[in-house]
Amino acid sequence: MDACANLTGHGCGIILASIINGTMTGAVYALVALGLTLIYGVLHIINFAHGTLLMLAMYGVFFLNQIVGVDPYMAMPVILVAAFLFGYGLQRYVIGKTSHGRDEITLLVTLGVSIVIENLALFFFTANERNIRVPYELAGIDLGVTYLLVTQMAAFGAALLITATLWMFMSASDTGRAIRAVAKERQGARLVGINVEHIFALSFGIGTACVGAAAALLAPRFAISPRIGYTFVLIAFTVVVLGGMGSFVGALVGGFIIGIAESVGGLFLGESLGQITISLIFILILLLRPSGLFGEKLR
Amino acid sequence: MRAGQRTAVALGALAAMLAMPLVVTSGFWMDFLILTLFVGVLGQGWNILGGYGGQLSFGHAVFFGTGAYVQAILQTQYGWNPWLAITPAVLAGVLVGAFIGYLSFRYGLRGSYFALITLAFAEAFRVLATSIEITEGGQGIYLRLNRDPDQAITMLQFASGVGYYYMILALTVVALLVAWWIEHSRFGAQLMAVRENEDAAEALGIDAFAVKMRAICISAALTASAGVFYVQKFLLMDPFIAFGPGKSVEALVAPIIGGMGTIFGPLLGSIVLHGVGELTKALTAAAGIDHPGLDLVIYGILLVLMLAFLPSGLMGLLRRRARPARSAEHA
Amino acid sequence: MLEVRGITKRFGGLTAVNGAGLTVPEGRIVSLIGPNGAGKTTLFATIAGFLKPDGGSVMFKGSDITALAPHAICRRGLVRTFQVVQPFANLTVRENIAVGAHARLASRRQALDRAAEVAERVGMMRQIDQPAADLTVAGRKRLELARALATGPSLLLLDEVMAGLNATEVEDIVRVVRGIRESGVTILLIEHVMQAVMSLSDHTYVLNNGAIIADGPPRAMAEDPRVIEAYLGHGASERLAAGGKRA
Repeated sequence: MDACANLTGHGCGIILASIINGTMTGAVYALVALGLTLIYGVLHIINFAHGTLLMLAMYGVFFLNQIVGVDPYMAMPVILVAAFLFGYGLQRYVIGKTSHGRDEITLLVTLGVSIVIENLALFFFTANERNIRVPYELAGIDLGVTYLLVTQMAAFGAALLITATLWMFMSASDTGRAIRAVAKERQGARLVGINVEHIFALSFGIGTACVGAAAALLAPRFAISPRIGYTFVLIAFTVVVLGGMGSFVGALVGGFIIGIAESVGGLFLGESLGQITISLIFILILLLRPSGLFGEKLR
Repeated sequence: MRAGQRTAVALGALAAMLAMPLVVTSGFWMDFLILTLFVGVLGQGWNILGGYGGQLSFGHAVFFGTGAYVQAILQTQYGWNPWLAITPAVLAGVLVGAFIGYLSFRYGLRGSYFALITLAFAEAFRVLATSIEITEGGQGIYLRLNRDPDQAITMLQFASGVGYYYMILALTVVALLVAWWIEHSRFGAQLMAVRENEDAAEALGIDAFAVKMRAICISAALTASAGVFYVQKFLLMDPFIAFGPGKSVEALVAPIIGGMGTIFGPLLGSIVLHGVGELTKALTAAAGIDHPGLDLVIYGILLVLMLAFLPSGLMGLLRRRARPARSAEHA
Repeated sequence: MLEVRGITKRFGGLTAVNGAGLTVPEGRIVSLIGPNGAGKTTLFATIAGFLKPDGGSVMFKGSDITALAPHAICRRGLVRTFQVVQPFANLTVRENIAVGAHARLASRRQALDRAAEVAERVGMMRQIDQPAADLTVAGRKRLELARALATGPSLLLLDEVMAGLNATEVEDIVRVVRGIRESGVTILLIEHVMQAVMSLSDHTYVLNNGAIIADGPPRAMAEDPRVIEAYLGHGASERLAAGGKRA
């Protein structure tokens, strides 16, 4: 028995292990949420289809692996580009064309899109869970308190790397500056000759590329089925709302908090009830601080 | 139409619906009617809050599931008669509605934020139902089958579809009457005023919070009663059916397609949805494909198309055609 | 009837209204004027319960209504209109006005009948079955007035109901407002159309930088040097006076 056990009923080692595991997953959550927050920040669209797009990208990784034999991590560049193009087209030719007026109507449109994609996936891929087998599946290092998988570490490292790259792109490149200009002042950007529709679609594409990258990182560790999109979109919403809609730092911090909260919640409430932690955080944040930790004033 | 004419048409339609089982004898079409009316009631529940009140919920399953679970649990765990269970089941739905409404409206959540919080509540309830004992966890609750024809009425279980048809028809009539009342009462006028512009409504003496609270309670009651029906019809309930996204989506798609904030919108939407759905199933079956999902793909496409091109729904389309006649009447 | 004392309202570091007070006696038309950004609408919103003041009190018919919600204040007989009109766009004119009428009437039929009466009074009979979204600016201003009137108020707060109207339309509304007063309703109005202020009001308050700088009969106010300075800037009254002598 140690100090932690006296307080909580769980040993320090187990709690530490659970925090480490949560941090690893949290990095990927952050990456998924980054895409969502980018789309919100620029287009002011809450994209309900975000999780479904992740699911679709994971199937992409799966089939590349099954049919062509590509390692999931090697598939990332292909999936990333494909996801970008898909997202670009989706915004430019579907969501952008149909959404006008109230923001909750746009939310409904993206819900419609997610229903279509999810059920097309169900139709073509069936409800069966798919798993990608990789030779290094069980490889890892023993930290003493926990055994850290290579796939976990790779997801953690890559998620942070991609986040950093996106950050640099947004702050240093011309396109990044144009995107930020549109996010800040739509009409003004239009007046100085920025093609706003193009930037919208571009942002949506980059946001979708984020889930494309995340898909490659998640695919070796999560069973793939059409319904996982729903699970992930709820997590992504929670991260984004917690961090503050439209905030990059918020998505990053929020991702880690939610990853750890989920893992620790599972430890204390059990595997099944532990999932409620995320919904409860979501509800509390919406009620008490809808602008999130790093968000600017809403409405 | 004058009021007298309208009443006559309504009574005629009701008589036709009552006589329906005489004409429709195939089990398939009976089930089709039952499910269509069921989604009509579910959609009307959503429509009270979302259509008339402008508070779009993405988690209406939370009320459906609560009603359904209470109806199931009182019978299986406590041996209640199904008739006695109905009131507590509907009240439980109202209670959950009041709880969610109080928190959301007190803290001033509007628009997308209200949609998101209802979604979160539905998900929290789903996890809860999967995890606690009284709901029998993820495997769900199964009610004891009782096909004794003498006890059909007392046990609310029917061997053929006809009994369930009349049960859901009764609920449909209640749902339509509630919507009719909304359109012809002070409460309804105030609810629509809040939907259109909350500040202006407040300035005109409307307690927007109280109005929204009433709306969410009525909405939850109707939706919970749809849950009660579902349990009696299918004799089972599990966390995914109860609180998963399926029922929340059905509840909002039907009124959006039929026309939000109209009396017949949800029912019309449900008829179109199920018609198209069954057609898709029949066509895919004829083509020798037996994968699920295509009908839902069409729901999704219809939803997007309606929002894009016909945000006032099919009723809006009908009304637009009727309008020249109406203004001529006044001229 | 209305006693506003020392109202202060801050937004962050900005003080929009600073210790403003005014009195509206029963049966009068009192106006509140001042340059743009003086805090008139903020003061109105605070009186009507839409904003909670940081200091001061609002007494209406002898009781303190400072902490009440807008709907509760409306039920006591004090109703405001909005400078930026807020019609219920998807409802018809009749339905819009009936929402106001429901403040006193529970019956739908009575409320709709009352709506027609009020529409008649403000001259909107011809548009009564049109959706509010189809109205012109002038129509929307009238609707705003009609809805407020339908609640059966004893005090109406009118926020620029004449802005954006042409001369004929202004004359129409002036006649309507006068009629409302004659029916026993007290009125406090914010207005930029000076012609209307002059012809309608019995007493005028001038608000500048959140504080009342002068009050008196409207004509006196128009010539008051403090008021002229508030509108035209420091030294303006002297320049005007000098110009006047030369002329």
